[in-house]
Amino acid sequence: MQSRDYYSRKLNELKSRHSGNPDRERWRRETLAPWNQKTGYGGKEYRNSSEIPIHEIYTPGDLPPDYDKKELGLPGEYPFTRGIYPNMYRGKLWTMRMFSGFGTPEDTNRRLKYLISHGESGLSIAFDMPTLYGYDCDNPRADGEIGRCGVNISSLKDMETLFRGIDLSKISTSMTINAPAAVLTAMYVAIAKKQKVPLDSISGTVQADILKEYIAQKEWMYPPEAHIRIIRDMMTYCSVNLPKWNYISISGYHIREAGSSAAQELAFTLADGFYYIDLGMKAGLPVEKFAPRLSFFFNSSIDFFEEIAKMRAARRIWATVLKEKYDVNDPRSLLMRFHTQTSGYTLTWQQPINNIIRTTIEAMAGVLGGTQSLHTNSYDEAWALPSEEAVKIALRTQQIIAEESGIPATIDPLGGSYYVEWLTNQMEEKAYEYFDRIEKMGGMLEAIKKGYIQKEIAATSYRRQMRIESGEEVMVGANKYQDSSEKPIGILKISKKAQDAQIARLKKVKITRDKAKVDAILGRLEDAMRDPEENLMPHYLEAVEAYCTLEEISNAGRKVFGGWKEPVIV
Amino acid sequence: MQGGKYLADGKSQSLFRDKPIKVLLAKPGIDGHDRGMFVLARAFRDAGMDVLYAGLLPTPEDVVNTAVNEDVDVVALSLLNGAHLTVFKKVMDLMKERGIDDISVVGGGTIPDHDRPKLEKMGITGNYGPGTPLKVIIDHITERAAEARQKKNRI
Ligand code: B12
Repeated sequence: MQSRDYYSRKLNELKSRHSGNPDRERWRRETLAPWNQKTGYGGKEYRNSSEIPIHEIYTPGDLPPDYDKKELGLPGEYPFTRGIYPNMYRGKLWTMRMFSGFGTPEDTNRRLKYLISHGESGLSIAFDMPTLYGYDCDNPRADGEIGRCGVNISSLKDMETLFRGIDLSKISTSMTINAPAAVLTAMYVAIAKKQKVPLDSISGTVQADILKEYIAQKEWMYPPEAHIRIIRDMMTYCSVNLPKWNYISISGYHIREAGSSAAQELAFTLADGFYYIDLGMKAGLPVEKFAPRLSFFFNSSIDFFEEIAKMRAARRIWATVLKEKYDVNDPRSLLMRFHTQTSGYTLTWQQPINNIIRTTIEAMAGVLGGTQSLHTNSYDEAWALPSEEAVKIALRTQQIIAEESGIPATIDPLGGSYYVEWLTNQMEEKAYEYFDRIEKMGGMLEAIKKGYIQKEIAATSYRRQMRIESGEEVMVGANKYQDSSEKPIGILKISKKAQDAQIARLKKVKITRDKAKVDAILGRLEDAMRDPEENLMPHYLEAVEAYCTLEEISNAGRKVFGGWKEPVIV
Repeated sequence: MQGGKYLADGKSQSLFRDKPIKVLLAKPGIDGHDRGMFVLARAFRDAGMDVLYAGLLPTPEDVVNTAVNEDVDVVALSLLNGAHLTVFKKVMDLMKERGIDDISVVGGGTIPDHDRPKLEKMGITGNYGPGTPLKVIIDHITERAAEARQKKNRI
């Protein structure tokens, strides 16, 4: 298929799959209607987050002819609806990766080791706000914020402490870092070098998906084009030097938490993904080299079947578009690998123990959706960063699903469910509708800069809020079944001592390093930033190894690229 | 939320007849959680208020400057990042320093129960968290706006 107008043609093709369902019509007339009349049932409309109306029942008539052969397929085979690997969890369970970080690097190092000792199989680091925005702990703006939302990293010294006693060749690490992702990657490389781990064996992920920052998480330092150039530099550098590094985790999680529907999450995340494919191609990288390094990150929210359908549709769309539009044939490049996190938004402040149940349902959806790794939120999500007790229960939830529930025994057990397959198709169509609209607007970057994507999300979020206010949508314990006898729960407290300790360490770093060398390196970094043809990665590496701080490095870019003001959304 | 609701009790009617309640929504720390901000902005607007949003990462100084320049009735401070005790205080200190007493300050976000009295003591009221019905918030803003307006009308 040709690439021009691909999305609108594909959409027409998908829409032509529809035909009526005479079986259901007959059943409604002959069996359901008389029953409803007899029981006095007035009828209720069900809709999921994607505003897809849900019928009472699904039958084979809801699926196109030959659906199971043509579009469904089998695991490990194109178009991968049923899973990317032939044996899925029978071969290897998903990686249990708990998003963790608070206080000082010492605090977080202890938490990581605690989780490993309780059976966690991969690391995932949460950074504090100043780190996420490229400010050091001694910046006046960072006062009161150190270690509160994650671990504070101001220089390589902090990263060394964070990973002390953890063998980087044995465990993979995912880092939720975006605007300064290239700097943190450089720090990780510097530590691997110190630990004498060969660079072609370190595996891990930085989020680095800047498009969804402008859409949803709002962590940028520079204008979009500057960040995109840095991502390009990471792609080129890593494909040669860090072949196992996942340098972008294309994230729907944040888009969803910012208020989108499941279908919007699907559409906007994949549209971001295609943008990065274009970026890699424009940089002259062979697709087989970089596509397998792109991974995804989805939300698993509370509407069980909708989430599963979304994940199945995501795999199929990715493989299909890469093959048909981009003409990619390398089988590894077609596989959509993804991480999943249960939804924080669905977790309530009120009656927090109920959150364990919500997380269980959401985690099961992630597993049934075929995820490669999973984070489960803790019951104290709405209150604070998780306490040790709460995070342990969240990890145990995964272990119970993995080792007691029997769910992993067979691959894609919901495959063939008329409802799930129909819903998978519906999600797919909704996504192509957006791809088509976005392409007509001039592509994803344009759509974001105009604020179109953000406005779509804000509108969905507000509609949902209104349904919650009116009680039409229920949040148990919050807007229904409230309990006035509730008591506050014990939560993790972060002492201001973390801030003092971090500032003291940074002071020491600044005293002991070679200041002249630092200045020279930062000067060269600025020059490199001014030359779009230059790759910034070697400069970042040189800078972190000389103990230039995160803010000093980030400031070079602030000087050269400037900042960014978002369009008005509401 | 129906439009014009904030005048429901009729008490504050005369105060806002010529000029609706004006609110500045702001996150004065390093916090990008804006979902709740967009919800509040729309809900306040639907309730007939005039709403300003300070955007991403304003400093406490930015917030106070905007509040004064725009002559708002209420500054609605929100933080979900746990830094409210330090950062909200900076806003209050600046207001005190500049002798501003005709702007009410209301707070909210991820605020644990035990911090609420501390914020109240600084003069920040409300301090509502997740799951608070919008009506409760709008009523509170209205009440605090009425206080501010009475002070503004003094002179
Ligand atoms: C959605 C969400 C996100 C989304 C944000 C999307 C967006 N654009 O807003 C994403 C996924 C991007 C995200 C990211 C992060 N998050 Co977050 N997030 C949440 C979550 C799950 C829900 C917040 C939300 O939007 N709720 C819905 C809205 C409508 O409600 P609300 O904002 O609470 O507002 C209501 C009330 O609080 C009140 N209110 C709020 N403000 C005000 C102000 C006034 C004046 C008044 C009167 C009322 C009021 O009124 C509203 C209506 O009832 C909370 C946990 C939770 N369940 O609350 C964590 C949470 C806030 N996040 C947290 C963290 C740590 C982060 C990160 C730092 C993680 C990291 N290390 O990378 C990043 C930072 C992002 C950034 N740039 O700031 C922590 C904060 C910890 C703390 N305070 O101790 C929380 C509590 C989760 C946790 N337990 O770890 N997050």
